[in-house]
Amino acid sequence: MSNPVFDRIQNDIDSNDIVLFMKGDKMFPQCGFSATVVEILNYFNVAYETHNVLQDESLREGIKQFSDWPTIPQLYVKGEFLGGCDIVREMAANGELVAHFESVGIEPQD
Amino acid sequence: MALTSPEIEDMIKEILPDAQVQVQDMRGDGSQFAAHVVSAQFEGKNRVQQHQMVYKALKGKVGEELHALSLQTSTPE
Repeated sequence: MSNPVFDRIQNDIDSNDIVLFMKGDKMFPQCGFSATVVEILNYFNVAYETHNVLQDESLREGIKQFSDWPTIPQLYVKGEFLGGCDIVREMAANGELVAHFESVGIEPQD
Repeated sequence: MALTSPEIEDMIKEILPDAQVQVQDMRGDGSQFAAHVVSAQFEGKNRVQQHQMVYKALKGKVGEELHALSLQTSTPE
């Protein structure tokens, strides 16, 4: 029995290079951890999609099961779960994030 | 009832007996913790897997009573 929420998530992360499941949106993050990841992505000036889990309870719970990760935000790059706020912040700080973007062919926007 | 630093440390050590665990209660009221866990059992695992091991040790409390836990994991030098 396929899980419609999982299918939706899978489709999103397959059709967008970078997808951020967060609380709030790019303009109005509604949680410090989500805001931190938005700031990091904006800093690297890469294109990304966001999904506001606060507007969709089934997504809010579904994404945690999908990735086996208990918290929001969750960042996906080229369909792969990269981590939450801690991991993204650590990777951004030590240069791993930009190296990862380059390794999967993600360029900053002009 | 909010968790305390020692309780978090014990739960992690129960699953990762060799781990060195430091847990700080950032605001002193049990609302926000920072933890650094060093364990040889993280060898060969990426960060997501390492964090998932710690979350499993915390038996589903992360995201529930344990709303804000900023986590750092590493293998022994």
